[in-house]
Amino acid sequence: MSGSIVKGRRHSKLYYRLQNYASEALGLLLGVVVVIWSVTPIYNMWTIALDSHDAIFSGTLFPESPTLESFRVVVTQDFWYLERFWHQFGNSFYVGGMVTFLTLFIGSLASFTVGRLHLRNGWMLTNAALMTYVIPASFLAIPMYRIMQIYGLTNNLWSVIATLTTFATPYAIFIFSQYGKSIPMELDESARIDGANPWQIYYRIYLPLMAPALVAVGTYALLLAWNEYLYNFLMLSTPQSMTVAVALAQFLNSDESPWNYMMATAIIYAIPPIALYYGSRRYMAAGLTMGGVKG
Amino acid sequence: MSTATQPSLSVGREFGRSRAERRGWFAGVHGSEHAWALAFALPYTVVFLFFVIYPIGYGLWMGSDPALYRELFDDPRYLTAVANTLLYVGIGVNVKMFLAFMLSGFFMQKRWWSKFVMILFILPWATPALPAFMSIHWFLNGQWGMLNTALYELFGFDGPVYLNDAWTGLFSNIGAYIWKTLPFWTLILLAGRMAVPQELYEAAAVDGATGLRKFTHVTLPLMANLYFVCTLLDMVFALGDFNATFFVSGGGPAMATEVLATLGIRYAFTVALPRLGVAAVMSALPLLIPLVILLMRKLRMSEGQL
Repeated sequence: MSGSIVKGRRHSKLYYRLQNYASEALGLLLGVVVVIWSVTPIYNMWTIALDSHDAIFSGTLFPESPTLESFRVVVTQDFWYLERFWHQFGNSFYVGGMVTFLTLFIGSLASFTVGRLHLRNGWMLTNAALMTYVIPASFLAIPMYRIMQIYGLTNNLWSVIATLTTFATPYAIFIFSQYGKSIPMELDESARIDGANPWQIYYRIYLPLMAPALVAVGTYALLLAWNEYLYNFLMLSTPQSMTVAVALAQFLNSDESPWNYMMATAIIYAIPPIALYYGSRRYMAAGLTMGGVKG
Repeated sequence: MSTATQPSLSVGREFGRSRAERRGWFAGVHGSEHAWALAFALPYTVVFLFFVIYPIGYGLWMGSDPALYRELFDDPRYLTAVANTLLYVGIGVNVKMFLAFMLSGFFMQKRWWSKFVMILFILPWATPALPAFMSIHWFLNGQWGMLNTALYELFGFDGPVYLNDAWTGLFSNIGAYIWKTLPFWTLILLAGRMAVPQELYEAAAVDGATGLRKFTHVTLPLMANLYFVCTLLDMVFALGDFNATFFVSGGGPAMATEVLATLGIRYAFTVALPRLGVAAVMSALPLLIPLVILLMRKLRMSEGQL
């Protein structure tokens, strides 16, 4: 801003230099505020998890005698809320993985048929997806719970997988349709002339070229599954079928819970999506830019 | 997301055929091609029918009794939840969007350290909601939460018990929601800002515009539509947000910070009145439907703009 060519008045060099310093200092201040704001709850998680149990009730800004004891308890399933921790972690992974896979598969098929095969009345499909996108998931929880009972899927991971796939696919269809427009139609046509059927075009041409969008949407779907609590809680209630999200919330049932174990569990639960997110950040940015307006 | 792209998606001008040649459902390029197209559409159609249409129909049926709504309006907790929902959506979304817009401007200015700030700034979004909100819940604990400890150690000041009061509780929930979703919307608005052609700023500079006038005459008009669409979309998301309220204040004290999304679940699964729960959620439709209609219109208009 200070570097613009035309100025109403001329100032001394010193004036500009001071102005420059002031704006740098302000920027730095804002940067510090942003970092503190973003990191504090995460830091809070660590201080509680690293603290020994009795110190917690005094409340500290830094753990006085940091110990990894609570992580050991979680990893070795040494507490009765956590008896099946690794099994439940596996459940969470299964749900996340399945939701990601199904979202990518169903979403790419739908956008392929609407965008590349020119399905007649394909607009009905995109409108259906759009409609699903603007229904808040929590608003459908009660009837969905009933319906899963009718389908006989209570305490079955597939009830959650089906629900979350339903809510993740519309975004996938949208991003894929947008991204698919950048892939030249001529590729499909030449493949068709060479005798490829639509499945081969989809599998050998469309999918490989869609890779960045697939990564972006895959990350989105996994984060969605990992963020979800309500449906997990409603539909999975046995220790065998529970995911980590439900197990974690169990700590809240009692006032006497060891919060350091809870936070250690929370941290371990948070690691996979954070790792995935930072790993695929480049693609996420691409996906977001494409999706621009629509989030 | 795509109503506006329908014509180009469904007509298929690339093949140079006139509409008259492709009549009826089975008039694709080849008959077999059309069978393929239908087969590809099948999975989503199945998902949509079984997990969207059926529950919606079921929900509408569950909440169809007018007596439920009379019961709702007689319940003071419901009226509180309605007021809370309006505040949650109105304040949470607008404050956040304003902050996101300002921060996107901050991240546009290239400083050598802004990359690192960005990496940490993204953290709330990448952290799963449940651990994050649990942490905020303990952070705000009146006796030994980190916030009050810090206030005491730094200023010798005893902070309030945030989650024991309806107002501070509600604003804690709103703050947590802002914390979790701010990075996402900042990135979206940042992408929007980066899409503004640099030439426009140069042209404005040549015309004598400096900082503020560049902002009001170039950035603002070009970003207005995106900003509005994001606001509407996030209002829809905020309306349905369950996690922040449920895990930060837990709806307490005495259900004074419940919003409609959590109240519906509370009615259905704690009090075992599922129909009343559905009715509570359905009573948000007069707010949701206009938002959605406005959103669709805006999306249709904005297609091709950004």
